[in-house]
Amino acid sequence: MLKAEGVDKSYRVGGMFAGSKRQVLHDVSFECARGECLGIIGESGSGKSTLGRLLLGIEKPDRGTVTLKGRNVMDRRTRAGALSAVFQNYRSSLNPYFTVEQAIMEPMKAARLARDGMEEKIGELLQLVGLPAGYRSKYPHELSGGEAQRVCIARAISTEPGCILLDEAVSSLDVSVQAQVLELLRSLKERGRTSYIFITHDVQAAAYLCDRIMIFRDGRIEETLETSKLGSVRSAYARKLLASSITI
Amino acid sequence: MSLWNQLSKDKWAVASMSVIGVILLAGVLAPWIAPNDPYAVQMRLRFASPSWEYWLGNDHLGRCILSRIIYGIRHSILWVLAALAASVLIGALIGFAAGYFRGRTDAVLMRICDVMLSFPGYVMMLAIVGILGPGLENILLAFIVMKWAWFARVIRTSVMQYAEMDYVRFAKAVGIRHRTILIRHMLPAALPDIAVIASGSICSMILQVSGLSFLSLGIQAPYAEWGMMLNEARAVMFSRPELMLAPGLAIVISVMAFNFLADSIQVALDPKLRTKSARRRTKEAENKAYEYVRG
Repeated sequence: MLKAEGVDKSYRVGGMFAGSKRQVLHDVSFECARGECLGIIGESGSGKSTLGRLLLGIEKPDRGTVTLKGRNVMDRRTRAGALSAVFQNYRSSLNPYFTVEQAIMEPMKAARLARDGMEEKIGELLQLVGLPAGYRSKYPHELSGGEAQRVCIARAISTEPGCILLDEAVSSLDVSVQAQVLELLRSLKERGRTSYIFITHDVQAAAYLCDRIMIFRDGRIEETLETSKLGSVRSAYARKLLASSITI
Repeated sequence: MSLWNQLSKDKWAVASMSVIGVILLAGVLAPWIAPNDPYAVQMRLRFASPSWEYWLGNDHLGRCILSRIIYGIRHSILWVLAALAASVLIGALIGFAAGYFRGRTDAVLMRICDVMLSFPGYVMMLAIVGILGPGLENILLAFIVMKWAWFARVIRTSVMQYAEMDYVRFAKAVGIRHRTILIRHMLPAALPDIAVIASGSICSMILQVSGLSFLSLGIQAPYAEWGMMLNEARAVMFSRPELMLAPGLAIVISVMAFNFLADSIQVALDPKLRTKSARRRTKEAENKAYEYVRG
């Protein structure tokens, strides 16, 4: 489904003529299967969010390719309707000038879906993420954090994309709201055909949601394993990371 | 038309729009509504007091002040507005391209802007007028040439801050065209900033046009311009101070109207500012920063 092959990325440090570069990603390769939920865990600064931007085709890798169903994600038409995202900051994820309805319709328009079914579809989506139908005419500043993130999730699944990238999607929510949103994501996962890539620093949330977990460190994949075998990690770093966050 | 609905609810907006409307209309229709010929010299009416025939009295050459004020709108407001619109448009195109696409586009465009901004503004303006000869159109051309770089810089900064927003990243991720993102997301976000910097510049531009008219580099006699009328009145400032009143008030009222309107537009365009306390806050915080930045 979504496949990264030998991806390198580096950023220039300092000004335009400073010349020195810092490599953020080193030869990253992995594949997320259809319907799978893959967790990417790493500390802050490990390059996982950079990886997220490359997977979404917002930035171009220096070397290597990211493909979705065999087509390069850097092409806009590959992404339309097939790829979607939920970001960490629910406040800046919604355009303040758009109503909830307009926000949810945006990716549907980009995917050129038929216009006549859209009204009902929005009603269904709002119901699915647990918001009343009256919310469609609200503006983002009238929503609470949890509600805004639910709208973002509704927007992400509106085109029924093949793959959704969740970049720290629950990290900035309150603990109780976090649990609700995780539950919602899990129930959506149960529905079927969509793959999820769940980028987070929260091992517990990843373990709750994901089938497979990839541990990321300094721009490299440290270890990949099934969630059920999380107790038997091999690398020292992964063991330390797990020990510091949970008791299995 | 939600902008219009929002504006029509705002008393200040309605008041300032009506003032600006009246001024602009008067400027356009000057030949039909001016009571007298603004260029007719009558030496026996020098410094005459207001009368039924000449409502605001007569100046040092006995010309009708009211008619000159009305004709002056064309040069003081209409042409300045046109020049402003042109330089904001050029600045916006370059600012949007640089702020949104970043990288090499940004580097190249901003270096060009840096070069333009490193010329001393007044000296360049005088040089352009010196080469092309005095006259309002040359001054306005000099304005456009000298001002766009500054607008481009400010608009780029504003655009850059919105280009980093997650909703723009989302729009890119789901494969929406750059053109659509620029129109649907970036333009409404940057428009309040553009309105504020443009309105902040109107007053400085009006004053600069007047200043250059004083140096007789701008509008040429006998044509009427408010700044020039002020300067003519300056000669008799102590014996006939009332002559400064009409052109002075005309400038103050129109600049104030533009400023109030810009504030109201900003509030109307931003759903977050639609509460009263928020409105007062932004007015104080944001308005002053842009005024007179470039003299």
